[in-house]
This record gives sequence, C-alpha cells and structure tokens, in this order.
Amino acid sequence: MISYIIRRLIAAVGLVIVITMITFAIFYLMPRLAGATPETLATRYVGRTATGATVEQTAQRLGFYDPVPVQYWHWLTGVVNGTEFDIGSGVEKCPRPCLGYSFRNKDPVTPEIMRRLPVSFSLAVGAAVLWLTFGVATGVLSALRRGSFFDRAAMTVALAGVSMPIFWTGVMSLSLFSYKLGWTPPGGQYTKLSDNPLEWAHGLLLPWITLALLFSAQYARLTRAGMLETMGEDYIRTARAKGLRERRVVVKHGLRAALTPIVTIFGLDFGLLIGSAVLTETVFGLPGLGQLAIDGTKNNDLPQVLGVVLLIAVFVAIANLVVDLLYAVIDPRVRTK
Amino acid sequence: MEDPSLSHADPEAVLVGEKQIEGRSLSQIAWGKLRRDKVALAGGAFIVFLILVAILAPLIVKITGGPPNAYHEDLLSPYIPNIPAGDFGGMSWRHPMGLETVSGRDIFSRVLYGARISLLIAILATMLSVAIGTTVGIIAGFFGGWVDAILSRIMDMFLAFPLLVFAIALSGVFPDKAFGFSGLPLRLGLLIFVIGFFNWPYIGRIVRGQTISLREREYVEAARSLGARRPYILFTELLPNLLAPILVYSTLIIPTNILFEAALSFLGVGIPPPTASWGGMLADAVTFYTVPHFMFWPGLAIFATVLAFNLFGDGLRDAFDPRGR
Repeated sequence: MISYIIRRLIAAVGLVIVITMITFAIFYLMPRLAGATPETLATRYVGRTATGATVEQTAQRLGFYDPVPVQYWHWLTGVVNGTEFDIGSGVEKCPRPCLGYSFRNKDPVTPEIMRRLPVSFSLAVGAAVLWLTFGVATGVLSALRRGSFFDRAAMTVALAGVSMPIFWTGVMSLSLFSYKLGWTPPGGQYTKLSDNPLEWAHGLLLPWITLALLFSAQYARLTRAGMLETMGEDYIRTARAKGLRERRVVVKHGLRAALTPIVTIFGLDFGLLIGSAVLTETVFGLPGLGQLAIDGTKNNDLPQVLGVVLLIAVFVAIANLVVDLLYAVIDPRVRTK
Repeated sequence: MEDPSLSHADPEAVLVGEKQIEGRSLSQIAWGKLRRDKVALAGGAFIVFLILVAILAPLIVKITGGPPNAYHEDLLSPYIPNIPAGDFGGMSWRHPMGLETVSGRDIFSRVLYGARISLLIAILATMLSVAIGTTVGIIAGFFGGWVDAILSRIMDMFLAFPLLVFAIALSGVFPDKAFGFSGLPLRLGLLIFVIGFFNWPYIGRIVRGQTISLREREYVEAARSLGARRPYILFTELLPNLLAPILVYSTLIIPTNILFEAALSFLGVGIPPPTASWGGMLADAVTFYTVPHFMFWPGLAIFATVLAFNLFGDGLRDAFDPRGR
C-alpha cells in the first residue's frame, strides 16, 4: 500500500510539471514559432511610446533573452525555493512558493492567487455537493425504475441540461431570479464565509445551482448507465438469490460498483473546476481564479496564467490521488493488489 | 481461398422452398433500430435542416432579415438608449427575431450566419480529433506494451488539462498574422486546431479499448495464423469494425465542440467581431441582461443544435449497441 501511494505521488508530481511546461511552451514557444522576438514580446509590457533601450531593458529584466528552458528553470526554482525579483525600481524578495510578478502591474502573483482561491473553492465545493446529491440520486432512481415516467422525465431534463451552454443558463437565471424576482443578489458580489455565512451562501446560490444543473445532468446520465450495467451482472442475481433485501442489493452491491467510474470522473471534474469555472465566474462576476486566468491571458500576463494553471494542476493531481486511495475503499479488488 | 467444389455445400440449400434465412450486417441491424427511434430521427432531421439552412443562409436573408452586418440604428428606440423600438426587441416581418442592441443588426440573419461558423468549426475540429484519436488509439491498442503505456499516459495527461484555460491561452497568445494567413481564416484555423487538438484523447481512449478487445477475437487470430501482415490486419480486419464506435462518438463530440466554440467566442477569444457567432452574440446581449430576449435567440440556437446532435448521437449509440433490444 505504501509503495502504491508513493508511486501515485511521483505520478502526480510528474503531471504537475508537464502541465506547467506545456503552459510555458504555449506562451513562449508559440509566439517565437510565429516570428516574435524578445523585443516584440517586451514591447507589450512597456507601451508603444517606449524607446528601444527601455524595451531591451525590459526584455532583459523579464528574462526574454534566455532560452525558453532556462526561463522555465528560473520559474520552477522560484516556486520551490523563492527568489529575488528585479521589478524595475529595485529588487524585491519573493518568498516560496514564488509564482513571480505580474508582467503588467508588477504585483506579486502568489498573494493574488491566495486571495482568490477561497472564492473558487467555495464555488466548486457548494456546486459539487449539490450535483453529487441530485445527479447520483436521480441516476439511481432512473435506473431502478427504467422506462417509468420518472425515468423518462428525468432523462429528458438531463439531456436538456447537458445541451445548454452554462453562460446562457447563468445569464438567463440571473435575469429572472435576481433582476425580475429579486430573490438573489445581483452578480459581482462575494461575501467571505468568515464575514457572514448566510450572505455567503445567498450570494453563491445561483452560481451553485447553475453549475450543478449542468453537472447533475451529466452525472445522472452516467450513474443511470452504470447502474443499468451493474444491476444486470450475475453477482446481483446471486445477491438476490441468497435472500438479501433489495435495499441492500442496490446499495451495497449495485451502487458500489456503479460508483467507481463516477468517483474517477468526479476527481477530475472537481480539480479542474477550481481554476476553470471561467464561464460561471464571468457570468456572475465572481472574483475567482478563472477570472484571473482569463484576464492574464488577455493581457499576455504569463505569470498570472502560469500561477493559476499550476494551482489547477496541483488540485487535479491531489484529486486524482484521493480518488486512487478511495478506490481501495470502494473496490475491494484494489486493496489486495 | 475459394474452392469451387465447396459451393455445393451451401448450408442454406436445404432450406429451398422454405423461408430463407437472411444474414444481416451490423449496419443493417443498426439502421433498422434507428429507423424506429423517432426521437433520434427528429434530431437527425434537425441537423440536416440546420446544415441546409447554413448553406443557404445568403439566399434566405434576401427574403427576410437582410445582410447580417447591416446596421439599423434608425430602428432603435428614441426613448431608451441602445434598445430597439417596438415589442420583443423590435420583432417584425422584416426582422423575425428582432434586432440587436446598440447596432440594431438583424438577429435572425446573424443566427443563420452564426450556424455556418458554429457547424464549420465543430465539424472540422471533430474530424481533426477523430483523425488524431483514431491513429493514436489504434497504435496504442494494436501494439500494446510500452507503446501503449506511453500513449495511454499522454492521453490521461491530456484529460487532466484545464482545457478552457489552455484554449484561451492559445488563442490569446497567437499573433494576428501567421503561416501566410491573417484575419478570419487564420482565426478559424486556429480555433479548429485548438478545439480539435484538445479533444482527441476521448476518441483515442475509446478506439484503444475497442482495438484491444478486437485484437484478441478469433477472426483476427485466424487472419494472423494464415500469415496476414500487420497492415492487412489493421486495415482489413480491425478498422472496419472500429467504424461504428468512431461514428457514434464523433456524433457525440460535435455538440461538445459547438459548446466549446460558443464559450470561446463568448469570452472574446473566439470568432472576432463583426463576424456573427452565437457565443459572440450572447456576449453582446449580456450587457443588457435585464431584457432577456436579446440573449434568448442565440442561446436557443446553441441549445437546439447541441440537443439535436446529442439526441441523434444517443440514438446512434443505442442502435449500434449489440446488447440493445
């Protein structure tokens, strides 16, 4: 078991490193392949009126003259050890984990990310609780009553749910519940959980439901398909034949097997959602990590984007790790291996 | 292979005069099932209708709607700034879905032109995903061993990528001129590449799984024992049997790609204005979210299209499923 955990850990770290490398390549190699030079890259950050000397200085300061792997190495050592940064008007110390300074406004990235993390985390956790409850319950009930009115109604709603763009449902619900009915606050507000838990939940209610609607629909479809498959297995017949109560057959033997693939997908979805609920955050004006990533992209602000991507990668890796360990609990076959 | 003396030993010869046993191929069975699936057929019919409408868009807007980029500022309300005059966003016979805010462009003709962009990108991106996914999946499944191990790892890693953030990064960082293209064609190519390139592992995993299970079948074993070379086995024994799952999952990837393109355009990193795209239209309408009918039409277009592809894809999957009724 210990060696299993260690192997999974190494795989997780590898995943994180590869993902950040690719992000780096997208931002530095792609423009170079398309013909950009260190100077043209630096011009973006000094304004059009700058002289050639200022541009060169900036390119030097941001390390654009170094080969891309060297730049990546600098960034990586900064994350692990902390580093010192020349922000133009002096040298500043950046403690670990140092994600660098914004190319645009020279603010350090780490505190900005830490400030936004609770928003994204609140959004993801709340939505996940909702969609797991509703999605899995609907899926199980639909599978057990296959062909019934409930099944057909639920699957129709679920299919409609996966077919609607989340930014559309989001804005439409904002228009209805917030503007017309006044049940929820308008977008663009976030109250900290520690400030006022009720306000926190009230403000996040609509984003939660919007996100959960999409994911519940997916999970209901997945759970239903999984349940239908497992309930047709021989061991379910065996369980029934040996006189187990139906409830126990469904929960202990059916659901347990059907849940395994869902747990995998959930780990991935949840990890990704921390940093890529870009659309939901944009629609509801939540100051989360997804917003930071897209702002960073639009401004060509690599350190911001890289910071968010690193965090997403870490969350995906952690989620995958937890899922792998959970497997040992759900699936007895993994334990013996 | 063919021995003429064997033709007399036709097992069905004994059945002459009685009811003939008809051998049916998988696609015949599937078509039979699909024909009875009214919901899937409705989805398919809508897709055909949509493709026709997209192709004929320049002719249709001549009848009603007008050019998609024509401004009708004269039809805006003189009292409320930027909002079209009249009920329901300025709906009329000339402008059946009303007008856009600020510019007064016709929503109907923009929805039609948006369909062209949406379908073009989604279908071409799907073809790219399928091409990469099938190649990688077959190689991984057919050769197995360390080739499979490496390719599977790569696919797992792709699935763990924050796709949307990456796609935004790629389309944001790309210069306005590259590879001898510029403007809209370059943008279209880039979007097709970004969307198609990040989606291939889904197809790849399915094809790999199918290849592994087919590889061990008796008929492949038979071909191998008769001395068939690997390319022969790949192209004549495996590929034809992979066509059904590839077809089914391509149909199911198209709607995801439509949503993906709409999301990118909504965020302002997809199709640049003034070209009409459903996501871009929604982004324009969001500023006026207090008046929902401006975002109703482009949203409905996305929803109906994605739903149609999902219904048809689901039906296709059930039809090809040998365990199905």
